[in-house]
Amino acid sequence: MAGISKFFHGIPANRDINLTIEAGEILGLLGENGAGKTTLMNILYGLYQPDTGEIRINSEVVRITSPLESINMGIGMVHQHFMLVDNHSAAENIALGYKKVPFFFPQKKIKEDIVAFSKKFNLEIDPLKKIWQLSAGEQQRVEIIKALFNGADLLILDEPTSVLTPQEAKDLFRVLRDMKRAGHLIILISHKLDEIMDLCDRVTVLQKGQIVGHADTVDVDKKTLARMMVGRDVIFDIQRDKIPPGSRVLHVSAVTVNSDKGYPAVKGVSFDIHKNEIFGIAGVSGNGQRELVEAITGLRKLVAGSISVNDKDITNQSPRKIYNSGVSHVPEERIKFGIAPGLYLYENSILKQHHLEQYSKNSLLAYGSIKSHAKSLVDAFQVLTPSIYVQTKDLSGGNIQKLILGREISHDPALLVAAHPTYGLDVGATEYLRKQLLKQRKAGGAVLLVSEDLEEIFELCDRIAIIFQGEFMGILNSDDPQMEDIGLMMAGSLRIKST
Amino acid sequence: MEDIIVSVAQRTLIAGTPLLLGTIGEVICERSGILNLGVEGVMSVGAVTAFIVTFYTQNPWLGLMAAILAGMMISVIHAFASVSLQSNQVVSGLALTMLGLGISGLAGKSYVGKPLTVKMNTFAVPYLADIPIVWKIFFDQSPFFYMALLLALAAWFTLEYTELGIKIRSAGENPKATEAQGVNVALIRYGCILLGGGFSGMAGANLSISYSKSWIEGMTAGRGWIVIALTIFALWNPMRAVIGAFLFGGIFVLQYLLQPLGISPNFLAMLPYLATLLVLLMIGLGDSKKLNAPAMLGEPYKRGER
Ligand SMILES: Nc1ncnc2c1ncn2[C@@H]1O[C@H](COP(=O)(O)OP(=O)(O)OP(=O)(O)O)[C@@H](O)[C@H]1O
Ligand SMILES: [Mg+2]
Repeated sequence: MAGISKFFHGIPANRDINLTIEAGEILGLLGENGAGKTTLMNILYGLYQPDTGEIRINSEVVRITSPLESINMGIGMVHQHFMLVDNHSAAENIALGYKKVPFFFPQKKIKEDIVAFSKKFNLEIDPLKKIWQLSAGEQQRVEIIKALFNGADLLILDEPTSVLTPQEAKDLFRVLRDMKRAGHLIILISHKLDEIMDLCDRVTVLQKGQIVGHADTVDVDKKTLARMMVGRDVIFDIQRDKIPPGSRVLHVSAVTVNSDKGYPAVKGVSFDIHKNEIFGIAGVSGNGQRELVEAITGLRKLVAGSISVNDKDITNQSPRKIYNSGVSHVPEERIKFGIAPGLYLYENSILKQHHLEQYSKNSLLAYGSIKSHAKSLVDAFQVLTPSIYVQTKDLSGGNIQKLILGREISHDPALLVAAHPTYGLDVGATEYLRKQLLKQRKAGGAVLLVSEDLEEIFELCDRIAIIFQGEFMGILNSDDPQMEDIGLMMAGSLRIKST
Repeated sequence: MEDIIVSVAQRTLIAGTPLLLGTIGEVICERSGILNLGVEGVMSVGAVTAFIVTFYTQNPWLGLMAAILAGMMISVIHAFASVSLQSNQVVSGLALTMLGLGISGLAGKSYVGKPLTVKMNTFAVPYLADIPIVWKIFFDQSPFFYMALLLALAAWFTLEYTELGIKIRSAGENPKATEAQGVNVALIRYGCILLGGGFSGMAGANLSISYSKSWIEGMTAGRGWIVIALTIFALWNPMRAVIGAFLFGGIFVLQYLLQPLGISPNFLAMLPYLATLLVLLMIGLGDSKKLNAPAMLGEPYKRGER
């Protein structure tokens, strides 16, 4: 790629980018949220047209005007925001782009292949389930399988592991290494520097749409990379002071919740969360985390059990009432449940708070205070955006996440329910968010943290529950020596009585 | 008595056939994500084309071919506006209806009141039609009836069980993801709109060279709008469209049956629309998940946007 520039509404997302990648090489693409990584890759994949510059493959100039052409040239892509048809099954989604798909009965005929394929790569999916029934982690597996299934000479992966478990990520990397050995080209975008160090041969760092540096991974360490990206030193290990937990905030008692298919997805789970406490739920996605979170936030009906917040019963209340009782929610699927993509940024900044007195008077929205609130969120959470008057879908993925976090935290909730809160955040923003969560905790807030990222869970949580097939395999204090066996517990082969 | 039953049943199927043809076309079109409110106009163009061509060639099959072609051709307007220009589909669909009604009125002016000497004859399926009652109802029908049934089956099968069907449905559900998988969404949508136009043209031909053998302005009489409602009633499934179309065909026949009983003709003319409203209400009150409209129906899709 040579001299690539791309402007959106006159604002550059990419400026004069030169990028080369050779066969049998894995290139890492790094950069802060909104640096222009996704834009650059979408240009290579034919989804966007560059305003200037050209793309050369084997030193031949090519014009890629649509994904169809890039696929025919052997380019494949795993998209940051999953490109999946919600109302269709996983098999139909995979069949859609599969080159060798049979004309008649495609769903049936490739079903077996998909199952075998996903087993081989340890990314198990149920090909007959509809996408909307899947958790974010499962959807990511489908997205990856979809790209791998087609086979590609040049594979682009845009944050492919953001909601995978470490084990799944490892298995994916094994596949990628095999591909590299077979002479394929791979471009990996990730905010997880460990992954980049582990997998990539070279890295290129983008900042505000421009390339600011290249490096061979053997020559650098994590700290250097982070500095190249953010322009300052980033602290990776945050100190978590010991604070004794306060009074009980959330009380979950023998809760059973059904999945979309009608089977119990959460089976009689009980736990409490107190003031000054961060409570983590660890587990492979699809084991009931999503259903549990939806039950607590009022998006899903309980079949049995009860939930109360500050001793007030909120069982099966409306999400609005639950929000008014002090429960904030950072959902796992940000585009679908976190924002209204077509609305302006400032409108999204009060999405669940529009009824509060400071934002509406006599049924009319108070735009003045809404906009100043939006501005303060953008500043505090460093949301990179041209202004607060942009449609929210035009923000980069990480910046959408920052906006949601800011909105949910800014009103000092009694309980924050956060699913994958650092999903897609760059290292600088992750550091900031973690500090914010700890600040909440210090100020007497309670946090329920659902994450696949064990490191994050260990770093932040006071107590950790391990979930498997809708049941807690144990609740441990973060310094409990039995934590060594967390892997076994996540796989369901060990159950520890809670202390 | 037996005769009455047979005749009512037969007329129900006859009245339902053009509705079914139109609905299959609209279902295909809407599954690809395009709302086409031009059915009434396209049907009318089909009717007048079939009539004129049959009038001069004395060959109703040529008339039918011409009607399908005309339906496709005039639908290009809607395809260009909604796919290429990404304009509002409601507006361009309504425009198509008015244009179609206007053109057909103009072209058919000098043919009003001239009856055809030939028409699409009924075709009795050998052996089967000889069996009394039940078989006579189904197997002594116009070719349009058999074609409509076969096409409904084919459309359903294609949508559900072929690779092309997955592409069409995906284009209606999530054009961006579909494009990202290397499918030319614009091409798919153009194809579906033209196909839908062909079906509407065929439905029009059904009216002017089989149902009756004459042309009068406004002979489509709102059938194009009933097709739009039937598409929802059928929950975008061609097989359910079969049930819906003949149900509504029955309501048409009911109009004529009840009129001698002294019920106001205005009320009777309202019946199909009343039934449509009731059906929509019932579906709406039930499980709204079941409504399952294509997620991006009617939304213009622009490439290269988030
Ligand atoms: N279609 C679009 N319309 C308007 N602005 C856009 C569009 N696509 C991207 N942008 C802007 O371009 C910039 C770069 O976005 P991009 O998605 O490439 O960032 P990124 O590096 O992938 O960030 P992240 O790590 O958060 O995913 C952002 O400021 C974004 O707001
Ligand atoms: Mg991105």
